Amino acid sequence: MSTRSKASPAHRAGLALLSFAAVLAAWSAASYGGLVKELFLPKPHSVLLAFVDMQRDGILLSYTWDSVYRVMVGWSLAVAAAVPLGLFIATSRRGAAVCAPLIEFARYLPVVALVPLTLLYFGIGDGQKFAIIFLGTFFQLALMVADSVAAVPRDLGRAAATLGASRAQIYRMVLLPGALPGIMDDLRITVGWAWTYLVVAELVAANSGLGYMILRAQRFLAIDRIFAGLVLIGLLGLATDWLFKAAARLCVPWSEKVDA
Amino acid sequence: MSALLEIRNMRKDFSGAAGPVTALEGIDLDVAEGELAVIVGPSGCGKSTLLNIVAGLEHGTSGEARIDGRPITGPGADRGMVFQSYTLFPWLSVRENVEFGLRIKGVPKNDRAAIARRYLGLVGLADFENALPKELSGGMKQRVAIARVLANQPRMLLMDEPFGALDAQTRLVLQELLLGIRAQERSTVLFITHDIDEAILLADNVYVMSRRPGRLKARIPVDIPRPRDHRVTVSADFAAVKARIMELLWEEITA
Repeated sequence: MSTRSKASPAHRAGLALLSFAAVLAAWSAASYGGLVKELFLPKPHSVLLAFVDMQRDGILLSYTWDSVYRVMVGWSLAVAAAVPLGLFIATSRRGAAVCAPLIEFARYLPVVALVPLTLLYFGIGDGQKFAIIFLGTFFQLALMVADSVAAVPRDLGRAAATLGASRAQIYRMVLLPGALPGIMDDLRITVGWAWTYLVVAELVAANSGLGYMILRAQRFLAIDRIFAGLVLIGLLGLATDWLFKAAARLCVPWSEKVDA
Repeated sequence: MSALLEIRNMRKDFSGAAGPVTALEGIDLDVAEGELAVIVGPSGCGKSTLLNIVAGLEHGTSGEARIDGRPITGPGADRGMVFQSYTLFPWLSVRENVEFGLRIKGVPKNDRAAIARRYLGLVGLADFENALPKELSGGMKQRVAIARVLANQPRMLLMDEPFGALDAQTRLVLQELLLGIRAQERSTVLFITHDIDEAILLADNVYVMSRRPGRLKARIPVDIPRPRDHRVTVSADFAAVKARIMELLWEEITA
């Protein structure tokens, strides 16, 4: 049940556009009005031109794809490992005793502090990006999935047992589908973190990708390109979020969390 | 002939913060084929624990529980349970919920649907087979939960305060529904409640439990003729049985 007031989708989209328009207006006023020096705040149209420039240089799509690819691979590896582990932690007392403290320890290590180590182990190629994203999301995700599975009401599994379901069937037919809305939320949240860690890794050492592009632009004081990179990352985040919500509507339409 | 369910000298200890706690002690209970047995007792007396042991969801510390002469070692489709909490699988439609046990048994798709429709008709929800649980009221959810267990044709129906979360009117409607179904299907039922009126309306025998450690204190046969409906709750026979049970329970509450 949502306590938010009901607004039609069109109405909500309009409000969202309005908030973006307001930011754009403030930005325009500050830059065209000369309130902030161009060295610190580019004019909106020069950011648009920067996109055109990047396209002409042939790096707009290739750098974007490099970053998207790294996020997808690194994060998918984390998901593939974390979901089964989370399920195991949530359903086995022994599993929780063995894994949970170790994971709790690992998840407090700031991933950024692991960047030098991963550079030493994996170099500056894609492997190092995968490693950073994996380390940054895997531990948290395992615990989040464990929580989501534990949040499935116990009586659902017990009811299934008195209907003849075996332990394996309860996992497959009750716990997994029951936890799916929560797990999809967990995935949506951690893919956002994956982006953060990727950009950090690319800022430190890379030879392609959006983080690398931003770093290079900073060296040349190309503030318009820095902004273009930030806008692009923001738009990709928005698109990812939208994709996950669409997936949730498709996969778990029965969930109370999904707005009809 | 021996009873369908036999419990002998059942005991259950839990480890509590201040040492072991005995929840059940010396429970002997026979439920015959076709009987509707109701257990009433003060809250915390262990009646749900007893039902869980019959379901195989918990194990007794000592003693024996047998169904059809075979020891109960774990949960099984022969003992379907209806819970007080709503336990429909929210991702399955009403019909798919009712088909759940049949799917596990490997019943072919068309047969499953036919059986599910029959039991949905029995609980008066034939028109809701494609609805999702989130679209149903609490009373409707419990009707589906009953249909889901019945479709599995268990040897015994276990009901743990199934109407406890419903409003008084809905509860009455579902009690009468259960009486009707039970007459038609000849189900054996073990039912737990703390509502004395509900116990007497439904039961062939009411078992009164003592407070912790729970023991079966008395068996009160209810000879009110069937078919019964809510009107028997104001009859003189009903009042007489109720007075006896109240007396027995009152000792437990105030002791």
